[in-house]
Amino acid sequence: MREVPAELITETVARLAIEATHFLPEDVEGAIRAARQTERSPLAVQIIDEILENAQVARERMLPLCQDTGTAVVILEIGQDVHITGGYVIDAVNEGIRRGYSEGYLRKSIAARPFSARVNTGDNTPGVIHTEIVPGDRIKVMFMPKGGGCENMSRYQNFLPGMGKQAVIDFVCETVDMSGGNPCPPLVIGVGVGGTAEKAMTMAKHALFRKIGERSPDPEVAELEQELLQAVNELGVGPQAVGGSTTALDVFVETYPTHITALPVAVNIQCHSARTKQAVI
Amino acid sequence: MADSVRLTTPLTDDVIEGLTIGTHVTFSGVIYTARDAAHKRMIELMKRGEPLPIDLRGQVIYYVGPTPPRPGAVIGSAGPTTAMRLDPYTIPMLEAGLKGIIGKGGRGPAIREAIKQHHAVYCIAVGGTGALLNRHIKSAEVVAFEDLGTEAIRRLEVEDFPAIVVNDCHGGDLLEAGKRQYRTSSRPIPAVQSLGG
Repeated sequence: MREVPAELITETVARLAIEATHFLPEDVEGAIRAARQTERSPLAVQIIDEILENAQVARERMLPLCQDTGTAVVILEIGQDVHITGGYVIDAVNEGIRRGYSEGYLRKSIAARPFSARVNTGDNTPGVIHTEIVPGDRIKVMFMPKGGGCENMSRYQNFLPGMGKQAVIDFVCETVDMSGGNPCPPLVIGVGVGGTAEKAMTMAKHALFRKIGERSPDPEVAELEQELLQAVNELGVGPQAVGGSTTALDVFVETYPTHITALPVAVNIQCHSARTKQAVI
Repeated sequence: MADSVRLTTPLTDDVIEGLTIGTHVTFSGVIYTARDAAHKRMIELMKRGEPLPIDLRGQVIYYVGPTPPRPGAVIGSAGPTTAMRLDPYTIPMLEAGLKGIIGKGGRGPAIREAIKQHHAVYCIAVGGTGALLNRHIKSAEVVAFEDLGTEAIRRLEVEDFPAIVVNDCHGGDLLEAGKRQYRTSSRPIPAVQSLGG
């Protein structure tokens, strides 16, 4: 049994919060740069240039890439041979969020009571924290400051079991079409197919941690991802929805076996500021 | 950067008349920030017949909730938020004389019509470029609803703040036109931006 102090989890989360909000992942920046070469709309190219310049300014001047530094979504993959000492793991994560959002001058965007007194909690806690037990004696900390504009465009629907792949493609395209500029395209799109309602949405979120261009190891799923990316980019939404050929940078699909009556499909959209950061303790 | 039209605030009718969709503009002068919570309060004040904390005539509102400034800085990262969430509050603001709005994403049909009717303009700044936009904000001062924190109303002095005209006073809509122009899909276009949030 390997011992990991809770304080180390706190420090890691605080660091990831600051890094994720200031440094655009290289794969995302590279994909945006590549899109500049293929984009057909001059206005869209101008927008892409502003996005690239923003990444540089954020990095050099230590300013958050976006003022919406998000809900702190944290996925912990905890090895079953790890023993966390000196505190409760969820408290440790929330303390890390508190520290990172304060020390990093990040925006605190969490309202305490969702349907009544929407008072700001003042420290961006609580995070949305998922834990998974995995083999081994390490802890993988996955951090995503998830902006409201894109998260609010999430969608779930169950289809008739026989509707197959076409239902997935139609649903994803419709969601992107109807979302317009709200989720800040060019997008990264996470899709969960199968399982149950909550399983599908969790897979859709989890998929957003993949690197741009990283295809599913399952050939059938990889093919669906490519079809989806093409279909979405034919919609003409474009960067910030001003019209253009770059609506999404990538589409990631995760699947899970499902009930004989069901075809659950969940879409979780990420904006062009596709901020994620991971660490292994 | 393509040619852009330099605007100074407050906006006048003849300047607005000349703006058309897809035009790159820059704002210089004073603009005010307001988001969901500040709008809700202003509408409540209007309903009670009480004065607003700012005179909206000819003014520009920027939908933004900035990050806190680092010590010595004017403001933090300060990019636009989704405009559609403010749709339910926008018509009374236009009736009170508001002439310009900066946000991101599209507006519903009722707001597009109201922008035309009130001879106003809706622009987008590029969402997710809050660090870049920070450089165009020269001063920031909370003028109302300080308790709302990031959602308080701030008076910003801006210089060459970049934006793109999305809804003009002639009824044009850039997002609709742009999608039609660049769409190669045979799918029918659904009701534009019908997802809320």
